[in-house]
Amino acid sequence: MQPDPTQAAPEAMLSVRGLKKVYQTDGGDVEAVRNLTFDLRAGELACLVGPSGSGKTTLLKCISGLMAPTEGEVLLSGKRVSGPPKKMAVVFQEYGRSLFPWMRVRDNVELPLKNQGVPRAERDRLVDEALEAVGLSHVPRSYPWQLSGGMQQRVAIARAIAYQPEVLLMDEPFAAVDAQTRADLEDLIRTVWKKLGITILFVTHDIDESVYLGERVIILSSSPTVIQEDIAIDLPEERDQLETRSLPRFTELRHHVYEQIQLAKKGDRPAAAGTPSAGPTPAAASGADVA
Amino acid sequence: MKTLKNLGYLLGLPVILILIWWAATLETENFFVPTPASLVETFAEVWFGERIFTDVLPSIGRLAVGVLVAIVIGVVGGVLIGSVRWLRALLEPTLEFFRAIPPPVLVPVLMLLMGITDTMKVVVIISGCIWPVLLNTIEGVRAVDPVLSDSAHTYGVDGWARVRYLVLPSASPQIMAGVRQSMSLGLILMVISEMFASSSGLGFAIVQFQRSFSIPEMWSGIVVLGLLGVGMSFIFQWAERNILRWYHGQKEVENAA
Repeated sequence: MQPDPTQAAPEAMLSVRGLKKVYQTDGGDVEAVRNLTFDLRAGELACLVGPSGSGKTTLLKCISGLMAPTEGEVLLSGKRVSGPPKKMAVVFQEYGRSLFPWMRVRDNVELPLKNQGVPRAERDRLVDEALEAVGLSHVPRSYPWQLSGGMQQRVAIARAIAYQPEVLLMDEPFAAVDAQTRADLEDLIRTVWKKLGITILFVTHDIDESVYLGERVIILSSSPTVIQEDIAIDLPEERDQLETRSLPRFTELRHHVYEQIQLAKKGDRPAAAGTPSAGPTPAAASGADVA
Repeated sequence: MKTLKNLGYLLGLPVILILIWWAATLETENFFVPTPASLVETFAEVWFGERIFTDVLPSIGRLAVGVLVAIVIGVVGGVLIGSVRWLRALLEPTLEFFRAIPPPVLVPVLMLLMGITDTMKVVVIISGCIWPVLLNTIEGVRAVDPVLSDSAHTYGVDGWARVRYLVLPSASPQIMAGVRQSMSLGLILMVISEMFASSSGLGFAIVQFQRSFSIPEMWSGIVVLGLLGVGMSFIFQWAERNILRWYHGQKEVENAA
């Protein structure tokens, strides 16, 4: 699954090609993302992890069509993204600011569907299923602010699921919830992913979370951002908060990702930095990077 | 029991004030200060009759039309100006100029332009009431949360749906604050526009009583204005409770945390 540097792989659901973002400010240009290229296959669950300030949010905004890249492009099923695509849903970190406080839980989940003219009966079914999937069937009449943080984020996830996206982007969605809720939500994401077979790009700064959740972890360098490393997570399909996390392989992977992030923070760049190629095997990558 | 208690709070101060007034006017022979009893008598005589149709209802009508039109123009204009950056840059300095003009000075001008008509009075009311709503709406629209805005955008909630589901509800706390100011301004402007030149209305009636030395009648007219203000305040509170239920609930939760 080496991504081709010049062309999107034919089976790629989401393809980021040579993406560069430069912010123009009064104090001069700030290069947030230098050159990023990677592909996600349909049905993949990939985690994007990087040191703080590595342009994760910028990247996500470019992918979701909220922001135009300075150079390069984002392709969704081969089509160039120029605005928020229909087949994509985003879950933001700030759950308290991404749900409409004037709408009840059910109306929040329903709004995107209603806006698209989905017929009533189907809408009801989709909303019921989504609320059921996140374990919130019992609170459709509540307002978001009447719920705990974790539950609010579940509502946001339900809204994304009901929208039936092919790609789900998540921008540090669990960074603001407590540890126990976070563990539950991580398992929820795995369950939803397996059940719906959607492609998920999960951005996080939490190394453990990225290894536990992903089938693949893409490590970003510090800003201006390139890909530090792209590794496959060869942990068993069934993940369990206790068992998976105590596997020796989990510790190894976690250790490796941690090392890479530390290198990235120090400003070390992969040998291939600047050219849009990434995705070495873990062994090759660690050798090349430390050198 | 609870309703009784609420009623006590509602009427407590008015009853005390009336008692003080009654005690203070027991001995007085002052022509300009009526006793509570004579005022009540006059009130019933003057206002429970033809004057409801010739003065009270026309005034309320002008006030209602003026305030409602001002709210509609203010909200629509505010959403436009608040959403379109170049429009805001173009209009804001000019708006500050017009806002600074006290609406009563427009009465003579509008009288010349429109004659002594209902339209003139309504225009005076609109010209004053529009500003709090317009400026508050602009502020409210500009303050839409960027994360919420991104959320709406990613789910394809754009155009009219964006205004209806995102912009208007999000700005509604500020809009309501503007409406509240507009309603009290409207009452003042209604009276002023009727005092200048008119043949009907509460302002006209009060000035007429004053000029003909019908002092208790004049006072009773002022009481009608006060009661009108109370009525408007109740309508506003009812509307606000319904429109901003989510807002007050959210604030309560935030304060408790």
